[in-house]
Amino acid sequence: MGIEHIPFVGRSVERVEDAGLLSGRGRYIDDLGTRPGTLHAAILRSPHAHADILGIDAAAAQALPGVAAVLTGRDLLDITAGLVPAVRAAVDARAIAVDRVRYVGEPVAIVLGTDRYIAEDGCDLIEVDYRQRPAVVDPLAALAADAPVLHDGVGANQVSDRAFRYGDPETAFANARHTLSVTVRYPRNTGSPMETYGVVASYDPTDDSYDVLANFQGPFSIHAVVARALKVPGNRLRLRTPPDSGGSFGVKQGVAPYAVLIAAASRKSGRPVKWIEDRLEHLAASVSATNRVTTLTAAFDEHGRVAALDWDQIEDCGAYLRAPEPATLYRMHGNMTGAYAIRHVRMRNRVVLTNKTPTGLVRGFGGPQVYYPLERLMQRIAVTLGLDPLEVIRRNLIPADAFPYRTATGALYDSGNYQHALDVAARDGGLAELVRRRDAARAEGRLYGIGYTAAVEPSVSNMGYITTVLTAAERAKAGPKNGAQATATITLDPVGSVTVQVASVPQGQGHRTVLAQVVADVFGIALDQVRVTADLDTAKDAWSIASGNYSSRFAAAVAGVAHQAATRLRDKLAAVAAAQLNVRAEDLVFAGGRVSARANPDAFLPFARVAATAHWSPGLLPDLDGTPIRETAFWTPPQLTAPDEADAVNSSLCHGFIFDICGLEVDPVTGKIGIDRYVTMHDCGRILHPRMVEGQVRGGFAQALGAAIYEELAYGDDGAFLSGTLADYLLPTATEMPDLTVLHVESPSPFTPLGAKGVGEGNCMSTPVCLANAVADALGLDAIDLPLTPAKLAGLAAGRDEPAPPAGLAAQAQPVGKPGDRTLRGEGTAAVTAPPEAVWSMLLDPDVLASVIPGAHGVRRLSETHFTADVTLGVGPVKGRYKADIRLSDLDAPRAATLAGSVTGALGNGGGTGRLTLEPDGSGGTRIGYRYEAAVGGKVAAVGGRLLDGAARVIIGGFFSALARRAGGSGSGPGWLRRLLARLGISA
Amino acid sequence: MQLDAQQRHRVRFTLNGAPAECEVEPRTLLTDALRHGLGLTGTHVGCEHGVCGACTVAIDGVPARACLTLAVGVEGCDLRTVEGLEPEPGRLGVLQAAFRRHHALQCGFCTAGILMSLDAYLRLRPGAGRAELTEVIGGHLCRCTGYAPIVAAALEAAAILRGESTQAANQEETAHA
Repeated sequence: MGIEHIPFVGRSVERVEDAGLLSGRGRYIDDLGTRPGTLHAAILRSPHAHADILGIDAAAAQALPGVAAVLTGRDLLDITAGLVPAVRAAVDARAIAVDRVRYVGEPVAIVLGTDRYIAEDGCDLIEVDYRQRPAVVDPLAALAADAPVLHDGVGANQVSDRAFRYGDPETAFANARHTLSVTVRYPRNTGSPMETYGVVASYDPTDDSYDVLANFQGPFSIHAVVARALKVPGNRLRLRTPPDSGGSFGVKQGVAPYAVLIAAASRKSGRPVKWIEDRLEHLAASVSATNRVTTLTAAFDEHGRVAALDWDQIEDCGAYLRAPEPATLYRMHGNMTGAYAIRHVRMRNRVVLTNKTPTGLVRGFGGPQVYYPLERLMQRIAVTLGLDPLEVIRRNLIPADAFPYRTATGALYDSGNYQHALDVAARDGGLAELVRRRDAARAEGRLYGIGYTAAVEPSVSNMGYITTVLTAAERAKAGPKNGAQATATITLDPVGSVTVQVASVPQGQGHRTVLAQVVADVFGIALDQVRVTADLDTAKDAWSIASGNYSSRFAAAVAGVAHQAATRLRDKLAAVAAAQLNVRAEDLVFAGGRVSARANPDAFLPFARVAATAHWSPGLLPDLDGTPIRETAFWTPPQLTAPDEADAVNSSLCHGFIFDICGLEVDPVTGKIGIDRYVTMHDCGRILHPRMVEGQVRGGFAQALGAAIYEELAYGDDGAFLSGTLADYLLPTATEMPDLTVLHVESPSPFTPLGAKGVGEGNCMSTPVCLANAVADALGLDAIDLPLTPAKLAGLAAGRDEPAPPAGLAAQAQPVGKPGDRTLRGEGTAAVTAPPEAVWSMLLDPDVLASVIPGAHGVRRLSETHFTADVTLGVGPVKGRYKADIRLSDLDAPRAATLAGSVTGALGNGGGTGRLTLEPDGSGGTRIGYRYEAAVGGKVAAVGGRLLDGAARVIIGGFFSALARRAGGSGSGPGWLRRLLARLGISA
Repeated sequence: MQLDAQQRHRVRFTLNGAPAECEVEPRTLLTDALRHGLGLTGTHVGCEHGVCGACTVAIDGVPARACLTLAVGVEGCDLRTVEGLEPEPGRLGVLQAAFRRHHALQCGFCTAGILMSLDAYLRLRPGAGRAELTEVIGGHLCRCTGYAPIVAAALEAAAILRGESTQAANQEETAHA
């Protein structure tokens, strides 16, 4: 056996995780057994975006056999508190609604049953009496003086407004040859891991302690938030994570409020409680990235060199500001000048609340929202000046000899050579060929565009960056926050095999494999002699607030601290071996499973024997600083200092570089994007495992492609949530993936133990805007927002070169609501043979109404003009019972009436008004005309949005056709509707 | 046959080659019967509306979404789940080993379903090429990998199963260098 150890680090060894995961032996949260007697929770959620809860009648649910308890927000009020955010606003961010709901999907009650089926049965039996309030969905509308206010204690929807100034932006703008602004409305999306949230919790009243198992991903600063929300000290909250997690992408930070909710439910019920979220719950109410409205203005010269930036950011955090928000807005604070040497920056950051799901961590965290406007701006500057966008990017890049480089806003960029990366990407990515293809395509009249993005990818967050939201005075009062403690523990057992424990809480990235590589290299032993455990137990394992799996911190921080712990242990073992071999410790080599003398390989001890010495023969140990059995190392980088008095902050430790090139073509008819080539160049420092890095890049790219083209957490103007299934929230599949060219250059970080930087989030930051820049180039657009759906691009492509419709035709076009407005509108006529007076009396007759309202079980007349009914309605596959309430007004007997109605049920709610006119047809009959507007919310809107318009037309058509039959005549809708209904076998 | 909704019903079937039975309500989903009734937690639940494909199992050799299948419906059927793919405990089958070599999984949550679809498809069409296998994988959602390594693994497994590539099969035994 040679004395050389061939390092595992840098090689794409097979993952130690995979054999178990491939054979069905994964241990995800729903795969672990529970204690006997564990109750299963189902959560009843708000169908309304904004409403008061007037009453909750849970008697029927409580009476259901198998239901152990029904708990509401009021029931948990005394044993829980809110989840305190970084900004002290008067927002009580509780895990369950108390007296008022503020977003669709907000928990209203929890049913605990002997199994999940029974718990869900219980939810169906709860009747909640709501009084709806006006909702506000748009962040700009939420800022208006007359906007509905979500939190009365705040008095307005704006919860933070900070202004920043770096360098001398006023002079730079005053002297600027050119200025240009872009305004971007960045939409909502989410990481949507394939595994949803899960929590299993129990409470021990003897010492007032909670044991919570949750597929939480960190940061563990949230442990303090959860403990506080449960009103126990930290050591009374034992938070554990399962061995495997089905993906997170930031999102599983958001399980924290449910940890509070389920833990409190366990305390109230006196039994362990388990809850596994379903997909509708996940899409509607887990967590979302922030949507943001940004206006970014640049001051630049005729060469496209940017002197100053002015950021105006309005961040929408949803209905409650929950810890760690508004972190999304501040994570990039040191990086607001991107890859560019821009010395003057002005910034205004506002945070508003709206009637949407509260926001939290999503892969890219704040990066997509920043790079979209920044890189759109660079492209716009180039187009405005008639320059090549690539040239404008290049002219503004930070010079290669400037590293480490302090940005205007305070980040310390560790290393890089952006110009080199750009050149390699252009060369190896075949840019010249793409440009030729664009020329050829355009010569044929095809819509081909090229987009570029340069982005700096921050990793290893400074735990103090969020305090930038506070003023310097507020920070001084609270005490400085900073750093990013990473930890690893290495244990030697009595046969000398090695166990590594970390608090990195992997969500599928392969941390256990890389740690085995790192530690095996330090000890010079085989990979399978190192076993790594990464399921965390806050009661027993080493951890700190920065623990967890976020801000791409693993390779840079956790692998590094594991290396440090191993190295410390190795140095002690060297002393042990040196004493036995009678050589100097520094002359020993750890390789090939042995500890050998460098000069005399025959003088050696097996590694396992040296490693076991402290267990069996402590008497042989030399004088050491601690026993070489277990070593726990903590590491925090000194560069991560607290924000200074001028609000400069080094928000992250490492700064990778990305340069993306995309060539694509837009189909002018369908609006579909065909990606011809996508090149993504990464400099993530030293690469520890090339295939895992590639996996991070490809996976991040796929998510970014989804965010750019397919995905949006959509809301109606009334706050109805409209994308509650994976058939509405479209994730890219294998057939949507283009070929991806992944390139690398390596500029090791001088600030991390192994020279590695994070790499997992970069494409989520760079790719959406790169695609948008290419689309803007293809279609010649000044402004384009996400998502780049085929419908949107087809419209833009058509508007680009098609003449306006001839006069007269446009006027006949159906009124089209603005995007996001899902109001159902329709009108039609029906002819009946009875005279208007007869039809009029039929409309006021409960018995007639019962026979003509589709699905009506019974109609009760509460007054001359007020009716109620129970109706069964189906929208696609979703059929449900609703209570209907109908009022007639503006009566003009027997000519016209206005009907206002609402329906409520477990599956959702709706409301609308219609105007009905009766005209004699001149031959004894009546022509009935109708026109309606309706809106639908709740579950039915979330899962059936695609089908609602058609369903409404069928139901209303059914009503008039039944009325016509009853009155002796034939109904008729609008011509096209009649034909469609006829084709579907429905007579209108 | 009309089943009483209030009663539990005994269902008998073959599971990964061995006889199995469970007692379920008529509404019990096959996913719940497999995972919580029989303890085969390798079949995962991702969406419970048939889109994501994580719960795919083979019923009489045909891939099916277990989340859209009632447990009472598999009476007398031949079921195969991810737990049945290993030739013996601790040794991966050809498709599984190709997934490991190509890093075709990260969190592994969607993997069982993809393996079951590909396993069934490659039995049916051993000569399947890239476009065809991409379509099969296109019936599943994976949020980690970006799909490219899954397609590569499927192609290599198909080639090995056809006897066209032996190089990779040899690596199987030397998993952890």
